[in-house]
Amino acid sequence: MVRVRLENVSKYFGRVAAVIDLNIHVRDGEFVALLGPSGCGKTTTLLMIAGIYKPSRGRIFFDDEDVTDLPPKDRNVGMVFQSYALYPHMTVYDNIAFPLKLKKTPKSEIDRKVREVARLLQIEELLDRKPGQLSGGQQQRVALGRALAKEPDVLLLDEPLSNLDAKLRVYMRAELKKLQKELGVTTIYVTHDQVEAMTMADRIAVMNKGRLQQFDAPEVLYNRPANLFVAGFIGSPPMNFVEGSVVERNGEYFFEAGGFKVRLPAELGRIGAERGEVVLGVRPEDLEIYRRDGLGGVEASIYVVEPLGRDSIINVKVDGTVLKILAPAEIRVEPGQTVRIRFKPSRIHLFDKKTGRRLTYS
Amino acid sequence: MRLRVGRGILPWLFLTPLLVMILIAWVGPLILTVYLGFTDLSYRNFLAFIENFFTSKVHYTISNFQRILGLKDPKIAEVIRTTVIYVSGTLAINAFFSLLLSIAIAYFLRNEIASMILRVTWLLPRVTPGVIYALMWVWFVDPRYGMMNTLLSAVGVPKSWLPQSWILYTPYSRILMIMINGYVGASFGMIIYTAAIKSIPPDLINAALVDGASDFQVARRIIVPLLKWPMLFVTAWQTLSLLASYEYILMVWGGGRATSDAYGVASESGVLVWSLYSYGKAFAEKLYGYASALSMILVVIGLALIILYFKVFGFRRMMEPSKVEV
Ligand SMILES: Nc1ncnc2c1ncn2[C@@H]1O[C@H](COP(=O)(O)OP(=O)(O)OP(=O)(O)O)[C@@H](O)[C@H]1O
Ligand SMILES: [Mg+2]
Repeated sequence: MVRVRLENVSKYFGRVAAVIDLNIHVRDGEFVALLGPSGCGKTTTLLMIAGIYKPSRGRIFFDDEDVTDLPPKDRNVGMVFQSYALYPHMTVYDNIAFPLKLKKTPKSEIDRKVREVARLLQIEELLDRKPGQLSGGQQQRVALGRALAKEPDVLLLDEPLSNLDAKLRVYMRAELKKLQKELGVTTIYVTHDQVEAMTMADRIAVMNKGRLQQFDAPEVLYNRPANLFVAGFIGSPPMNFVEGSVVERNGEYFFEAGGFKVRLPAELGRIGAERGEVVLGVRPEDLEIYRRDGLGGVEASIYVVEPLGRDSIINVKVDGTVLKILAPAEIRVEPGQTVRIRFKPSRIHLFDKKTGRRLTYS
Repeated sequence: MRLRVGRGILPWLFLTPLLVMILIAWVGPLILTVYLGFTDLSYRNFLAFIENFFTSKVHYTISNFQRILGLKDPKIAEVIRTTVIYVSGTLAINAFFSLLLSIAIAYFLRNEIASMILRVTWLLPRVTPGVIYALMWVWFVDPRYGMMNTLLSAVGVPKSWLPQSWILYTPYSRILMIMINGYVGASFGMIIYTAAIKSIPPDLINAALVDGASDFQVARRIIVPLLKWPMLFVTAWQTLSLLASYEYILMVWGGGRATSDAYGVASESGVLVWSLYSYGKAFAEKLYGYASALSMILVVIGLALIILYFKVFGFRRMMEPSKVEV
């Protein structure tokens, strides 16, 4: 097991910048998720760690050893590819045994390890089959088995669950997490699904357009997103954003956007006022609905109600802006109805409109 | 009222022109060859034969086959030996060496320009007119002006090993025969193989590299096994076309069309292959019945070899469904 350290790593394909100035330190035995939208450079990053691509700039370390110039075979990395990449001409057994054979492991030892891994992943009865005769979920487990059989120092997983159906995906999520903790192998897990990243990873590196946006524990990303991108990418339904400005009246600070007006906590209001143009962000569960007319809050009209069973997503319109509110299903409202909504003051975020950074105060 | 053409008829409508062509250019001659093989048609009885075409007055016989298969024709043993050497030797280049070249070009050579130069070098003979290609070889190996011996001595081949004439003396003539046909034939396999290698998903090769394979092991354990189908195809195709091809041998070694110098120096030089022998029997010696019998046997041998290949390559196993298209 090793620590993995990327220092100022960039990768260019011709003039396309796939990864730019990436700095990530993965601790020994840690489960790190690389999270980002399609094309943000996740696979490229993994392939650089595996040694398939050489970084255009920057260094990669396993523990204190610089592996930047080492070929893949000298890195002892196990990888599950997005496409699984099982060898179609070999049986499942030979697929799993392949890395061991290349290491010149004795035959009896190979057999023991293959069967051990097969038992762990419950694919014992598939060992004689060819990959073409397996379902997606089975292929995924075989690919995982092949990566694990060689007892890698680092395990790289490239969207291993994305080809599975929803139910199997939720099941495998927990299985993978448990397996990783049992084996204690340093793991880097690529996904574009924020739920997967949030539920499985110790820490998440959020990437966008080749750049690292934030690298932190899931709850930190959720509660203190570094910028608009992270705030919008993490959480479902996504955070509500409203563009406007902060004004001061009689020592109190208000966020205003047309007829939309929200009182802000004093500290946040003060730094917001210095900025002028800001974006207000608030998560759907940090908004509350009142049906009664009364004091406080903002007037809104119900737009659409999306029931989820336990909760409902209630879309309301405030002066032309649609906000999503996560409310208990018991709250019964009708489209067109006028209600008042309240913001939990401590849960309001302000972002700099130009840089996208979240405004923080100490 | 509009004419309605049913789904049953439409395909035939489209296929008809091609079917007519196949009928005229392929099925017709095939039937004719089989027919003539069982007759004694030659320049001696040509006119009488034409009058009695397909009637019972024609003299039917199996003596052609008896002569050939019973090795009563003194040339047959020699022709068989030469053909085996020719086909297997050239096949080694066209089907096997071209595989190595393709792996080098499509996998090992990361340098696009070097790979392009290699590709073009091997495609050149294919785009050169056959007669010119043959002439170039004749000049190339010319004992006085040719480059062949000069080049070979330059790379350190002892003078005593080099022949007076590459064309006249075995085994040099046979090596030359294989080189001429191999160089022009290898490009076929290379085109098929490189396309197949490029269509292997890169993830598969990356996975093997991550699993600890060296480049050589990737080639041997991943690429070659995935090329089974193209290899079978190229081998089968080349076997058939080599069995039937004699044009370069005719152009380099062959003579005119008078009976006396029909095969030129091919026989003396050890390059008289079956198809050339059959050609000479038909168009120089004008023994049409005998030549047809020779051709027929060649076709049967070709078909037998194809069946053998399918057995060797494990046809059943290759037909197993696989989700990964290669
Ligand atoms: N071999 C390559 N040659 C040229 N461009 C490439 C290559 N590989 C990746 N890219 C480009 O680099 C960028 C990042 O690609 P990458 O595959 O790393 O994205 P990703 O985050 O894994 O996306 P996805 O979620 O769709 O798998 C993309 O713009 C892609 O087009
Ligand atoms: Mg990817």
